Amino acid sequence: MKQTLYDKIWNDHCILDNDDHSSLIYIDRHLIHEVTSPQAFDGLEIKNRDIWNKKSIMATTDHNVPTINRDQGITDPVSKIQIEALRENCKKHNIELYDLDNLKQGIVHVIGPELGMTQPGMTIVCGDSHTSTHGALASLSFGIGTSDVEHVLATQCLNLTKEKNFNIEVNGVLHPYITSKDLILYIIGSIGTSGGTGYTIEYTGETISNLSIESRMTICNMTIEAGAKSGLMAFDEKTHDYLKDREFLPSSKHYDDALKYWETLISDSGVTFDRKEQFNANDIQPQVTWGTSPEMVTSVDECIPSSDSIDNEEEYVDTLAYMGLEPKTEIKSIDLDKIFIGSCTNSRIEDLRQAAEVVEGEKVSSKIKQAIIVPGSGLVKAQAEREGLDKIFTKAGFEWRDPGCSMCLGMNDDFLQPYERCASTSNRNFQGRQGDKGRTHLVSPGMAAVAAIKGHFYNVKDFMNEK
Amino acid sequence: MKSKSYNGQVIPINRDNVDTDLIIPKQYLKSIKKSGFGPFLFDSLRYNDTATLDSNDEREENSEFILNREPFRKGNILVSKSNFGCGSSREHAVWAIQNYGIDVVIAESFADIFSRNSFKNGLLLITLESQTINEIIDSSLSSNSYILDVNLAEDKILLPNDKTITFSISRSYKDRIINELDDIELTLRNKDQIKNYENQMKLSKPWLFNNE
Repeated sequence: MKQTLYDKIWNDHCILDNDDHSSLIYIDRHLIHEVTSPQAFDGLEIKNRDIWNKKSIMATTDHNVPTINRDQGITDPVSKIQIEALRENCKKHNIELYDLDNLKQGIVHVIGPELGMTQPGMTIVCGDSHTSTHGALASLSFGIGTSDVEHVLATQCLNLTKEKNFNIEVNGVLHPYITSKDLILYIIGSIGTSGGTGYTIEYTGETISNLSIESRMTICNMTIEAGAKSGLMAFDEKTHDYLKDREFLPSSKHYDDALKYWETLISDSGVTFDRKEQFNANDIQPQVTWGTSPEMVTSVDECIPSSDSIDNEEEYVDTLAYMGLEPKTEIKSIDLDKIFIGSCTNSRIEDLRQAAEVVEGEKVSSKIKQAIIVPGSGLVKAQAEREGLDKIFTKAGFEWRDPGCSMCLGMNDDFLQPYERCASTSNRNFQGRQGDKGRTHLVSPGMAAVAAIKGHFYNVKDFMNEK
Repeated sequence: MKSKSYNGQVIPINRDNVDTDLIIPKQYLKSIKKSGFGPFLFDSLRYNDTATLDSNDEREENSEFILNREPFRKGNILVSKSNFGCGSSREHAVWAIQNYGIDVVIAESFADIFSRNSFKNGLLLITLESQTINEIIDSSLSSNSYILDVNLAEDKILLPNDKTITFSISRSYKDRIINELDDIELTLRNKDQIKNYENQMKLSKPWLFNNE
C-alpha cells in the first residue's frame, strides 16, 4: 500500500488504535514556553503526576520577553510572574531551559531547528499554533492547547484522529526578490483560511525543492493560517545539508542509521492524496494583506478589491473600516507608521539578509515612527552581527533588538498604538493582534524593508531594479 | 456530573473567522491560571478602553456590542459562522468562553486546534448548516428573547418556534462532556503499551533518545 509522508510518520508513531477512530500517538519532542505551560504544570501538581520523559522537552522564554534593555530585567510584574513560573517549573523538573541569559535563547520555532532539536521523522508538539514550522524538516509537527501540553508531559502521547492528506504542488520559478512568504500568502489567498482545515498539507513540486530550508519553514509556519495544523515537506539533500553539525543531532554512532531512515521520508511515488491543488510560481508577485485575515491579500501592484468580489459584504465593510482603508485603494499608496521585521515566520538569517540587501545605503523614511528588527534567536543575532547586517540596519535608522516574539503579538512592550499601520513580516493580521486597534499588513522581509525606506508600500522588485 | 441539556439565550456573533485573538487578546495570556478570563472575553469589541490583568479600573462598555445588550448579556449559547476559533492555539480562548458562562458554541465550522481545546475542556461545539445558522442569528437579533434548548442525549436542538434540529456529534465527545473524563488517566491505562513502544524505539531508532 502506497503511503504519503504523513501516513508514514503517523504509522511509525501509532501505539494503538482506539475504538472511536482516534489513535494513541507517541510524541518525540515537546517544546514549551512561558505562556501556554504554567497551567499544565499546575495540573500535574494537583494530580501528583510525574513527567514521562523530561529529556524530550526543551523550554525557552520568547512570547513575553523584552527585546531591549534586558540588563534591567523584566519590568512588567505580570510578565515577570509568568516567566518566573517557567523558570521554577524547569528547575523543579530538571528541564533544559534556554533563558534570557543564554546566547541560544530565541523564538521556539527558530531555535528548535537551529539547535537540531527538530529532526526528520519526529513527532513534535508545542503549545503554539506555529509549531507547523518544523514540518519543513520532514517532521510531523503541530500546535496544541494547554490541556494537551499537560497530557504530553504526563504520558508522552496524544490521542489523535488522523487528518486527511492534502497535496499542494508548486512548479515554476519565483521571480527575483519574490520569496516563500509571497508564495504562502498567495496560496492562502487562493484556498482561504479554512481551506486546509481537517488536512495535513504536504508541499511538493520543483519550486519547493529549489527553496532553502529556511524559506520552506516560512511556508510550513503559515500553513496554520490556511487552517491545517501541520505542513510537511519531504526529506532531501537540502534537508540533510541543513542538519549537518547541528548541536543535538544523532551521535556519530547512530548517524548512518538515522540518515537511512530519513531518506525514506518522502511520499511514495504515485500515492493518492485526498485533495490536490497546483500553483505556478511564475504567477506570483510581492504580496500584501489589506484586511484582517491572511486570506485578504493581493499583489503590491494591485488595488484593494471592490465589494463585489467578496462573499460577505458586512465583513468586508467592517474590515475596511477597521483598517482605515477605502475600496479600490492602490496598495502602493498606503502609508505606514511602523515596520516590524521578525517573528517565527521571518526572523532567520536569510530573512535578515534579504532585508539588509534592500536597506544597504538607504535611510528609513521620516514618515516612519519606528522600524524594528528582531532576530529570531541569539545565534541568528550573532551571525547577523558577524556579517555586519546590524550596522546596515542601524545606520539606516532601524532599531536592532534582542530575540523574541515581540511585535508579532505584542505581549511585551513592542506593540502598535491605536490606528497605527504596520508593515510586518509576521503571520497574522487579526484585529488587535499587534496592539489594540492596530492595523497590520503582512509582507515579506524585503517588502517590509522597502516600505520602511519609502514610507509606503512599493514593489521590492522595482526598487531593486532602480537601485 | 454536568447536565446533558443546555437551555438559554442565544448570543449571535454574525461573522466568519472569529479568531482566538479576538476571543481573548494577548495581554490576558500572561495569567498563569485557568480562571478569571470571563471579563475579558471579546475584550476589544466589548469595551472602548483597554485593560491589563492587574488593572482594577471600571471599564467603559461599547454599548453596540452584542454582549453589552439585553437579552444577550446573560446568554449562554454563542452562535457564529464559519471557521470559528481560527488562529492561535491559546486554550485561554476556551477558558474565557466558559468563564463568561457560555456552555455551547454553534457555528458553521470550527478551526481544528480550537475544536480540540474545546473537547478537552468539555465545551460543547455544534456544527450546523449555514442556512440554519443564519436563521438563528436573524431571529435572535429581532427577538426580545431567543432561547434554545440543546439536548445532548438526543442530539437535538429545540428552537423557540418548536422546530427541532438534529445535529451530529461523536460518541467520544459526548462521553467526554457528560462524564467529565480525565484524559490523562485514560491514557495512562495504556502505560504498558507506551513503555513497550518506547523500548522498541530505543532499539530501532536510538538517536531519538540521544539526550538521555
